[in-house]
Amino acid sequence: MSKRIDVKDLNVYYGNFLAVEDVNINIEAKSVTAFIGPSGCGKSTFLRTLNRMHEVLPGARVEGEVLLDGDNLYGPGVDPVTVRSQIGMVFQRPNPFPTMSIRDNVLAGVKLNNKKISKGAADALVEKSLMGANLWNEVKDRLDKPGSGLSGGQQQRLCIARAIAVEPQVILMDEPCSALDPISTLAIEDLINELKDQYTVVIVTHNMQQAARVSDKTAFFNIAGTGKPGKLIEFGNTHTIFSNPTQKATEDYVSGRFG
Amino acid sequence: MTATIARKRSALTKGQLPKFAPYIVLAVALVVGAAILALIGFNAFGWGLVSAILFAIGLVGWSGAVEGGRKAKDKLATCLVVGAFLIALLPLVSVVWTVLVNGIPGLITPGFLGTSMNGVTGAFDNKIVEEGTKVVGGVYHALLGTIQITLLATVISVPVGLMTAIYLVEYGNDRPLARAITFFVDVMTGIPSIVAGLFAAAFFFAVVGPGTKTGAVAAVALSVLMIPVVVRSSEEMLKIVPNELREAAYALGVRKWRTILKVVIPTAISGIASGVTLAIARVIGETAPILVTAGFATSINNNVFGGWMASLPTFIYTQILNPTSPSNPGPSDQRAWGAALVLIILVMLLNLGARLIARLFAPKTGR
Repeated sequence: MSKRIDVKDLNVYYGNFLAVEDVNINIEAKSVTAFIGPSGCGKSTFLRTLNRMHEVLPGARVEGEVLLDGDNLYGPGVDPVTVRSQIGMVFQRPNPFPTMSIRDNVLAGVKLNNKKISKGAADALVEKSLMGANLWNEVKDRLDKPGSGLSGGQQQRLCIARAIAVEPQVILMDEPCSALDPISTLAIEDLINELKDQYTVVIVTHNMQQAARVSDKTAFFNIAGTGKPGKLIEFGNTHTIFSNPTQKATEDYVSGRFG
Repeated sequence: MTATIARKRSALTKGQLPKFAPYIVLAVALVVGAAILALIGFNAFGWGLVSAILFAIGLVGWSGAVEGGRKAKDKLATCLVVGAFLIALLPLVSVVWTVLVNGIPGLITPGFLGTSMNGVTGAFDNKIVEEGTKVVGGVYHALLGTIQITLLATVISVPVGLMTAIYLVEYGNDRPLARAITFFVDVMTGIPSIVAGLFAAAFFFAVVGPGTKTGAVAAVALSVLMIPVVVRSSEEMLKIVPNELREAAYALGVRKWRTILKVVIPTAISGIASGVTLAIARVIGETAPILVTAGFATSINNNVFGGWMASLPTFIYTQILNPTSPSNPGPSDQRAWGAALVLIILVMLLNLGARLIARLFAPKTGR
């Protein structure tokens, strides 16, 4: 239940502004890939092109190919909704639906699409997803309480549960821990380690230690200056990137000399 | 040690006016104000005005002498803000008080809410004044008309207004069409209500036939006034729904129209509902557009699509301007004030309803 992603010659635009230039990257199935780099270098922008969330913004467009197990996401006739139901996403700020209970938040992907689901199957799905997000034991007695009443870390895990409830092939995480305290961060990192048994995980992070802890492969993005496009500088095994990078810029960044 | 503890005033609170200082100044200002007014002829309004000015001067001056410039400026600002608040409150309290005093006799007359003016002629009113009996006739037909017309106007305006707002926020993207709609909605907000009435009347004259005056025409006229308010308030409410929620739904593979229907609108529904209620409150008291579109009736009309129809504002208008008995306008006055009170109660209930709805639908935050 996981697929690989291959990106070929991808250019990402906001209107006429080229935000990310010429990215080629191969993301293995059932692995954790981390994107690191300074602010504004296009990591998040690039991540959002992987499930066609980029084009939600007005004027945003993409040139090039993103292949999900060989199928081009940007091919003619491809419905972005189908893409997004296969490639889930967790955002920087926890964003549970405020009008829904914890249970309904987990079932949101099913219920919002008006799919019929029996109560038994729904209960099983809620339990399985919350178990998968390491949240079940904390919320099992208050599933009917609103999701916005949880703590920030719990809300973020609720969002992960919501994402895995639709059984995607790939999970994209856009700085999922940047709004969380160290203990919640640890819980999410543990969770990422478990998720990679079943899913392909791509995570954007500002925290290099986090990238080193959770990822198998790391991609370093950089930007030449304001107004210039972001570029993928180096992509390789996390260990190599952090101990023996081939590019000078990567070495400077991971050793803390700039950025 | 004991001496320090026993000391009355802390060094930290030195140089401050005592807590009761404003009350002393107020008492002095009232007495002095009364004295000044007694010299030039006493009246309550002047007394209040002079006392307020004396109070502000006294408090600010005292504070400046004891506490220094910063605190004195603070007191001056407080006086100005409170003064402005009281001035703003004055007309409101005055209106409510006048309507209550004049309206309650009409409202508590038996049958006032349950009977119409059908068959009530000037002869009745003359007799009532001569013999001192209770006023007959009531607002039932007008109340019924107001409720029917307003309800129909709401049924027309809410879907149109809400869908326009959804287009502007979710699909408009600042396109020329969206900008044009925003501009015309703004223009519509400023349309005088009589013009809206004339538009509806002319429209129905052209489409249905000359002289078409029904509750439905009035409802269309009110819709013209109501739609811009609904669009504006719904637009603001939809705008403040965080984009993150839309993105969260998209990322789950939910289609845009479903996201709007199941995520955006439920999140904004409390604001939308109270906006709609306030829009209703805004048009329920309109007089001119109803006079030119629904005419005026003295009997009960249950059919909003046929025949002239009364409403509370037009009832008040005709009772005051053309009393049922021109020689004895007293009973008509009483009915008009009673109707005004009913109208104010209706608007107040709507406002309370808006608050209740907002609280009922608000996103829950309990643990």
